[in-house]
Amino acid sequence: MSSQNLYERYHRQIILPEFGEQGQQKLISAKVLVIGAGGLGCPALQYLTAAGVGTIGIVDDDIVALNNLHRQVLYSVNDIGLSKAKRAAHILLQLNPEIKIISYNERLVTQNALTLIDDFDIIIDGTDNFSTRYMINDACVLLNKPLVYGAISQFEGQVSVFNPQPINGSNEAVNYRDLFPDPPKDGEVLNCAEAGVLGVLPGIIGTMMANETIKLITGIGEPLINQLLTYNALNNQVYILNLSARKETRSLIPKTEKEFLQIDYEWLCASPVQQAEVDSDIFNGMVSKGNIDVIDVRELHEMPAVNEFNHIRIPLAQLADNISLIKSDTVIAFCQSGKRSLQAARILSGIFGDRKKIYSLRGGITEWKKQKQTV
Amino acid sequence: MLSRCYFMSIKIILFGKLADIAGGSVSVNNVTDTDSLINVLNKDYPALTDTKYVIAVDKQVINGNTVLNKNSTVALLPPFSGG
Repeated sequence: MSSQNLYERYHRQIILPEFGEQGQQKLISAKVLVIGAGGLGCPALQYLTAAGVGTIGIVDDDIVALNNLHRQVLYSVNDIGLSKAKRAAHILLQLNPEIKIISYNERLVTQNALTLIDDFDIIIDGTDNFSTRYMINDACVLLNKPLVYGAISQFEGQVSVFNPQPINGSNEAVNYRDLFPDPPKDGEVLNCAEAGVLGVLPGIIGTMMANETIKLITGIGEPLINQLLTYNALNNQVYILNLSARKETRSLIPKTEKEFLQIDYEWLCASPVQQAEVDSDIFNGMVSKGNIDVIDVRELHEMPAVNEFNHIRIPLAQLADNISLIKSDTVIAFCQSGKRSLQAARILSGIFGDRKKIYSLRGGITEWKKQKQTV
Repeated sequence: MLSRCYFMSIKIILFGKLADIAGGSVSVNNVTDTDSLINVLNKDYPALTDTKYVIAVDKQVINGNTVLNKNSTVALLPPFSGG
């Protein structure tokens, strides 16, 4: 596209004296990674795309679901069941084909986090769980990347800019762990799926996150550095808190890539999802009732073999790719000891949400066989 | 109305789940620092004891026990995970 057309596209922001052609050039040169293309990610992506951020990365392994549409307004009913990262990239390029969008249809995990984050200038956290939030925070501190943070619950939202590039050589950049040093434990804080969220709220908070990002890139205004903004959608109260770095925080954050890779963030704050464990007795009752899919998530070579009840075999690593094999509304996963099946239940709950009842057999097949012998 | 009180009354603003536990805005009388204020709140609202939050005094997040004066406003904020 000619420079005349680019000028026209961005004209209304270029004529802002503080912004100007310089500001536009900075946006065009910027690389922003948006992690999570959900309630917060969608509006952030839409405004950053429209504003002309030159390179945008989108990380999300989730698919669009009907119960997303009340707040994730980038998507439509035709997108249900499709990859959020891919659909978002496609839709956003229609809004602005002059920029580069890279979609990563994968979950952000310790193994890919540093490589992905390192390729971008600014990171936006639009995720929906503490384990990923703490992982992103630590990765950004390790790689010295500014992190635009936003989070929501019911009618309230929080926004901040963590770990900005050193200002005047100052090393006092605040990160998320200065606010909350350790993750809450399983079930302590409800997520949107459990507590609910007003659809327009992530629209407001995600748009604020895009605004903070644009301010950081162009150098205009006062980004929320060392501050946490809270917004209440019910009464429009805005409360801005000042944050300061804590000495202890640094000791909580991995100092090397090797240390980072050794942290099990999932375990640190087992995501509160709707999976439940059942013991052998309840399991037997549910199996005899029928209308249920039992899944062995062990590797195919693992013993003991199970002939006592009908089940299908999908090893944990292949579970997300084989959900079409799961037909019933009630699902019980089992493995050797009950640990991997719990992970499987989390994965399935993430995919099916409220549409299926997902359980994990406590103690695994080892405990089940033991109970059977004692009967 | 506050100026007529003969004792110190600290205004507390609660966010998120904390507001569900204790109401959006409460006052605590006759406390001089944040530790004693939290003790009173924990007695009045036992559910707060098991809840994670940060404490801010006059919009500054604090890291340890902090002296309060009669005009102090204390805010308690829980972490949010939703996105």
